[in-house]
Amino acid sequence: MTQPLAPPPRKNPARRTPVPTLPPGTRSRAALGLSLAAAQGRFQLQTCTDCGAVQYPPRDACHRCLSTALAWQDQPRGAQLLAETTIHASPDPYFRERLPWRAGTVQLDAGPVALAHIHGDVLRGARTRMALMLDRAGQGVLVALPEKETPHMQDDPALRAMGTHPRHRRILIADARAPEAPALTRALLDAGAAHVFLGLSERWRPFPAQPTLAAMENVTLHPLDVTDAESITDLAGSIGGKVDILINNARHIRPGGVITGTIHDAGDALEKGALGLMRLAHAFGPALAARGADGVNSAAAWVTVLPAQALAHDPAFAASTAAGAATRALSLSLRAELRAGGIRVLHVHAGPVDDEWHQPLPPPKLAPKALARAIVQGLEQGLEEVHAGDVARDIAERFARNPALLAREMEGGA
Amino acid sequence: MTPLATLTEALATGRVRVIDLTHTLDPDFPVIVLPAEFGQCARFRMDEVSAYDHRGPAWKWHNLSMSEHTGTHFDAPIHWVTGRDVAKGSTDAIDPAAFVGPVCVIDCAEGAAADEDFTLEPSHIDKWEAEHGPIPPGAWVLMRTDWSHRQGAAYLNLKDDGAHSPGPSPAAIRALLKRGITGFGTECVGTDAGQAAHFDPPYPAHALLHGAGKYGLQCLRNLDQLPPTGAVLICPPLKIKGGTGSPLRVLALVEDAQ
Amino acid sequence: MARQGYDGVVLAAPYTEPYTRFSNETAHWWIARALSGSLRAAGLTPRDIDGFAVASFTLFPDTPVALTQHLGLSPRWLDSVPMGGASGIVALRRAARAVQAGDADIVACVAGDTNPIDGFRKLLSGFSRFALDASYPYGYGGPNASFALLMDRYMADYGASRADFGHIAVAQRANALRNPHALMKKPLSLDDYLTARPIAEPIALFDCVMPCAGAEAFLVMTEDRARTLNLPFARISATIERHNAFADDPIQLRGGWAVDVDELWQMAGLVPQDMDLVQTYDDYPVISALQFEDLGFCAKGEGAAFLAARDLTITGDLPHNTSGGQLSAGQAGAAGGFIGLTEAIRQVTRTAGPTQVADAARALVSGFGMINFDRGLCSAACVLETPS
Repeated sequence: MTQPLAPPPRKNPARRTPVPTLPPGTRSRAALGLSLAAAQGRFQLQTCTDCGAVQYPPRDACHRCLSTALAWQDQPRGAQLLAETTIHASPDPYFRERLPWRAGTVQLDAGPVALAHIHGDVLRGARTRMALMLDRAGQGVLVALPEKETPHMQDDPALRAMGTHPRHRRILIADARAPEAPALTRALLDAGAAHVFLGLSERWRPFPAQPTLAAMENVTLHPLDVTDAESITDLAGSIGGKVDILINNARHIRPGGVITGTIHDAGDALEKGALGLMRLAHAFGPALAARGADGVNSAAAWVTVLPAQALAHDPAFAASTAAGAATRALSLSLRAELRAGGIRVLHVHAGPVDDEWHQPLPPPKLAPKALARAIVQGLEQGLEEVHAGDVARDIAERFARNPALLAREMEGGA
Repeated sequence: MTPLATLTEALATGRVRVIDLTHTLDPDFPVIVLPAEFGQCARFRMDEVSAYDHRGPAWKWHNLSMSEHTGTHFDAPIHWVTGRDVAKGSTDAIDPAAFVGPVCVIDCAEGAAADEDFTLEPSHIDKWEAEHGPIPPGAWVLMRTDWSHRQGAAYLNLKDDGAHSPGPSPAAIRALLKRGITGFGTECVGTDAGQAAHFDPPYPAHALLHGAGKYGLQCLRNLDQLPPTGAVLICPPLKIKGGTGSPLRVLALVEDAQ
Repeated sequence: MARQGYDGVVLAAPYTEPYTRFSNETAHWWIARALSGSLRAAGLTPRDIDGFAVASFTLFPDTPVALTQHLGLSPRWLDSVPMGGASGIVALRRAARAVQAGDADIVACVAGDTNPIDGFRKLLSGFSRFALDASYPYGYGGPNASFALLMDRYMADYGASRADFGHIAVAQRANALRNPHALMKKPLSLDDYLTARPIAEPIALFDCVMPCAGAEAFLVMTEDRARTLNLPFARISATIERHNAFADDPIQLRGGWAVDVDELWQMAGLVPQDMDLVQTYDDYPVISALQFEDLGFCAKGEGAAFLAARDLTITGDLPHNTSGGQLSAGQAGAAGGFIGLTEAIRQVTRTAGPTQVADAARALVSGFGMINFDRGLCSAACVLETPS
């Protein structure tokens, strides 16, 4: 039985904040496929396209027929725990700080045998459900989970160590005015977040959701405009050391092509998306990266909400999607920078949200509530890439298959 | 003594005081909000270039960005479609003499306190002239509402049907034009009332005023420190090529009452 | 086709450079010391050897090629044996065939590694691609965790107890107390073993070797040359070698020896019971038990019980790892693949001194190496005899 995680006590200000350490992060090129799958919450292993043999550990040629045609494919998640150990001594600083650590050998239903992290609720010799999850180093690792949900299973020390679950964490939502902000606030609190800070730009403009949000327990509104460096510096100076998860949902979506769109909208889209991300990162990034091992409510994640078309371009929303692409590129670099602190950067690609800027578009459109749910699920599962809504999933799939073809298809506004 | 020598001596002795009618340029200061599908007024932004650090060891400076119409600002005739053909209608071309002149302050504070949609009418002008004498040609006329005391959302006072803030009626603007004023100024975010889109013509302080080659000032403050007459306004905008307006420092010279 | 025997080729001049827990010297230094020691024992100079086989994990960026220049050697036969715990026997096999074929007259086989502070962690961190990708991220237990899993499964399947394995470790400590160069100098009781702090359950402190610096060497030459030099020598009666055996076994409960065991005894013309002593690769007691099973001393799963019923000390009925083995003398990197072999040569040449088994004439040496991912990939064994 997993012990439910107790809310952390107030931090002892006299104690030094532990410096984040990371589990071994070096991987071969082939093994990065595990990380790619884990980033999306998929369970994939290499399969030989010639003889069908499933491979593990990842490699460059089939162990059965020497074919080099190995493809990453989804696999059945079942497995049997064959042997286990509880590690009490490790020369690695990361694991030393987290001992004892449970690991074991599993016989995968997919075929191979593998070493895996073992969830505390998996009984000796039991059947397990496998997951590929990102660890603190941002690499995909195999985790054997109980076959069926167990109470508080997300509080298992191993899962907590590698995950980004909102439980007991304090979360900043950068843009309270974004359509999903109220639902996201609710969903984060439901997932156990200790506090939600909401950034509110331009308090001199009406904000209908304000009374509802202000009335919620453990929710506070703060002046914040991602286009205004001073407001970011001020807020970081006040709560920067308490933000465990930062959700940058600020974005500027406006219709218009390159010729028909305006420079102003393009500028606003870049200011709010790409440069806003940089400004937030300047002010909040250092504290996040320094607090990656700060106890139960250690800093854990940075979320970037992107338009689904950040992967391609949408001629009808040319500047917005270009800004999305720029934001994505910056966020990918940020991912590399924050990795040293053990901070996960989660990209949530949002399909067209059912808001005023997509009003004339046909469905499917993403309900703000669904986007909120997707963000929280991404955090709960410790993902790096989430595609929220049918349109986003469709674009991601086509992008993975053939980016050039997707670009051509987008010309028709598909 | 020459007139200027008299003035400088009065400034030195405090017989003439300088009143600042300007709001601080602050990223958080409201700007006018247009329907979302229109181009919007840029907010004031400062980006630090260096601050005695590796980006510049001994100096601090910022790059600024804003609209011509951000903060306390000046409207030139070419700001409005009716003024597009006015000769010397841009900030760089206006005769600088227009930037210094007598100022008449019409106190509408009581009315604006009672009614957010208060409008300045010819009757108010007539009443003012009855008390303070005629508005001289070339004068700047400022509409005092104490609206600058409002903060946050109450300043723009946006509702579902748009902004609600005081301003002049079309008849009032016509009346002022008849008196040959140089320009008209308010404490609100624009020279026109919040609901001026529904006037005939819409936005009279823009359409009529600029069409007549006159100037506007908005986001003024400290008008409660000015006498109804007798003060001198100083309001030179930045000399922007083809500029339709400009943030500026607005000052008034006021004679000490004693 | 029956394999050719090793007639006319012998092993001589075993040398052990005394181990140290940590060392600031380099692998080059350790290898030079062992080579020099072996040559001194044989009354030879570096110019007298024309074959050189080297096993080391810590030579980087050098290889045995660079070592020839570094050490001033000019061999006509050169080998690198990157096989860890199997490297001694594999080096012997290759060198013996080279000498037999006339490609070399005298081959020096040397293994040596240094162990700076934090060296073991660094060694682990770059050990193999599969380990980097699929084992160290899971607790970084290194071989401790890998063999804990094996031992866990072994105990569950075969009903072995920790006390059974403790018996092996306790006997080796007793042997080590006779070896002045062993790093472990305190007696070990079964109670000490059973109550030691856990490392990776069920493995506890005294299941583990102590990583250290050290080097081992021996010479391979013709019997005629050994006689000319008036050197005591050991005959090679049989050898086997196997890699990546039983790849489909989900857990490594048997090693490659089981594939080739019949051939080993057939080639030697002997049976396990003929052995006067056995040197297994003892990175963990459970691995020693596995080797006794796979090399024909008892049935699969009975190894622990088989050994528990025997006296494994130098004076016992089945002397095992007479120098104390890696468990008590230390694991000096690749030299861990030589320690049993040099000790066995000393035993059958009756030069083992304080650890000498009385009348030792036949020895089995077994090697096991390279935990690539979840198991050791290399296995090897040889039978040595005193010349009649």
